[in-house]
Amino acid sequence: MSCMCIEKRTELLHHKFGIAASAEQKVIALAGNPNTGKSTVFNALTGLNQHTGNWPGKTVGNAQGTFTHKGQSFLLVDLPGTYSLLPNSVDEQVARDFICFGQPDVTLVVVDATAMERNLNLALQVMEITDQVVLCVNLMDEAERKGIEINIADLSKKLGIPVVATAARQKRGLEELQERLLDVACGNIVPDPFMLRYSQEIEQAISELELKLTPLLKGALKARWVALRLLDGDDTLLQDIERYMTEEPLQDPSLGREQEVSPSWPQA
Amino acid sequence: MAASIERSDIHRLHAIARQIQEKNTEAVRDVIVEKIYQHSQTIAGEVTRRTNQNKVDQDDRLDAILTSRYFGFPIMLILLGIVFWITIAGANVPSDLLASGFGWLEGKLTDAFMWAGAPAWLHGVLVLGLYRGVSWVISVMLPPMAIFFPLFALLEDAGYLPRVAFNLDRLFRKAGGHGKQSLTMAMGFGCNAAGIISCRIIESPRERMIAILTNNFVPCNGRWPTLILLSSLFMVGAVGMGASVTMASLVVVGMVLFGIVMTLFVSWALSKTLLRGVPSHFTLELPPYRPPQFGRTIVRSVYDKTLFVLKRAIITAAPAGVITWILANIMVGDKSVLTHVADWFAPFAHAIGLDGYILMAFLLGLPANEIVVPILIMGYMASGAMMELDDMGALKALFLEHGWTWLTALNMMLFSLLHYPCGTTIYTIAKETKSAKWTVLSAVIPLAIAIVVCFIVAQTVRYFGWV
Repeated sequence: MSCMCIEKRTELLHHKFGIAASAEQKVIALAGNPNTGKSTVFNALTGLNQHTGNWPGKTVGNAQGTFTHKGQSFLLVDLPGTYSLLPNSVDEQVARDFICFGQPDVTLVVVDATAMERNLNLALQVMEITDQVVLCVNLMDEAERKGIEINIADLSKKLGIPVVATAARQKRGLEELQERLLDVACGNIVPDPFMLRYSQEIEQAISELELKLTPLLKGALKARWVALRLLDGDDTLLQDIERYMTEEPLQDPSLGREQEVSPSWPQA
Repeated sequence: MAASIERSDIHRLHAIARQIQEKNTEAVRDVIVEKIYQHSQTIAGEVTRRTNQNKVDQDDRLDAILTSRYFGFPIMLILLGIVFWITIAGANVPSDLLASGFGWLEGKLTDAFMWAGAPAWLHGVLVLGLYRGVSWVISVMLPPMAIFFPLFALLEDAGYLPRVAFNLDRLFRKAGGHGKQSLTMAMGFGCNAAGIISCRIIESPRERMIAILTNNFVPCNGRWPTLILLSSLFMVGAVGMGASVTMASLVVVGMVLFGIVMTLFVSWALSKTLLRGVPSHFTLELPPYRPPQFGRTIVRSVYDKTLFVLKRAIITAAPAGVITWILANIMVGDKSVLTHVADWFAPFAHAIGLDGYILMAFLLGLPANEIVVPILIMGYMASGAMMELDDMGALKALFLEHGWTWLTALNMMLFSLLHYPCGTTIYTIAKETKSAKWTVLSAVIPLAIAIVVCFIVAQTVRYFGWV
């Protein structure tokens, strides 16, 4: 997102997501499964500097908070807790849309240290959308109590992204977490997320599609990810691309018939 | 990164998508999802190591008892019963002390007004209206709150409340609701408005709406004092003190249970009618048990909850006291406005086992449930013989003088438990749902249920001649 015009993003966040970020703020999307202590991480990072609202047009709550680390101001956006990013529910769609189209500087994925096998799939899905990912392995205190040990360095190597162990309830690991967020947001660390390879047949289809998609997407979205979504029949994605990525909203033909039709859009 | 995509390119994207959609995308999705899950398991397995497997976790053993199929519910009810027992037994004496203290001060205030030669209406509005309203709120509400909230906070702090949610989860799922609904109910025990806001933790809009619409059925702290007071005044037998407190606590536990049953019933009915849909899956993870931090928890719950609620009650009780006094003292013909309205309500109120003054009190108490009983007391005092109310016995006498029986008390408790949420809560519902329809329903559904239940109880009791 480095070369993207900051004013444009500020405007996008404001109009499409109801989020007021200042130009110098780094925006962090906070994703995670339900019950991972995501809110505790959010509270521990932002303290009392929070305010809550709703996602525009959705009945899903939205909390934003700010914090400053080493002079850099951050805006943390708490996404709904979800198990996946397949748009099966409003929450999943809200979370996916923000990670995908809100152009956060970093997406922070919080996972439960005591249930890694269930939690990591969200991280893998986020890593398909964006490279700018930091993983927070939370509830380390509980994992220790249950006798679960996690090799953080190894996990970071396997995933290709920074991984931080925290116990947000005890405020453990938060300093390091802020450090890594700063690193990734400012480009001191460039994550190189592990890419999951699918079956040969699917990979073949992906490469073919990628060739067609790359010139159309102009680097705004990862062609591989869009290819995957087209292949798995996700029909919400194209609507969302229209909604979030075109300059002016495309007039919905069904609406057009009821409303006044502007002369530039002749009626069929 | 370029932010925008050309419109013509969008059409090309659609064309590409259409080509693909002729193929079997369902199967591809399954393969993709399966691969991701598989891989996530592989990585997790590679980086985690489990030590001391054979050490039986204490929490697990505790959970095996507290959330067991057989003991879970009885333990829950017993703990709740103990909390109420301590509250009722402990609140009597300080309530009496406060009431007589305020009574004494009222005498002094009256003397001061007489000495200053203030007109009677001024004394009426300020002392008999405002001061009495406020002092009743404090003496009736403060002691039970100051005992109940810290006890409840201790249970929460120890990690017991999530176990309650776990126990109730199965029931809620059957009722078409969400397991987390029980957590929002736990918040509702404190304050329904807070409970409504906490419904945000339920992700599915359908289940969240169910939780919002039914939160009213858990008694909030504005209604605890009503339940506890009426129960300790009227639901006691002729047995000794200890036994009567037990009886009173059992009645309050019964009320809570009835509220839960109603919540389940209404959730079920809504999920079959207005809010049809499939329950969403959810895993409730239980936090570890912790020894509660007694000092901090008690101080915090007194500050955060008790004083906050009391402040709100006083703010709403003061104007309500003034209004009630004025209504009770403006005479139209030979009766006051208050009496006229109460008389007008009387036939309907009688049919549901209440009286006109009680309904009046619930109406005037819309801003906050805390002030219903104080308004009622004021209404009775203004209409009947003036008397000094300086202990709980005098209060019971006042109620009896206005024809109360145990049925009146029971139905007032039921009505208080079930009727519409308070003004603040309705306002919160409007803000959370952003829908006039659901806001209206959130008040109308409970009101209708309250009327029907009270009607059935009153008619049944009278038919069998139990009163």
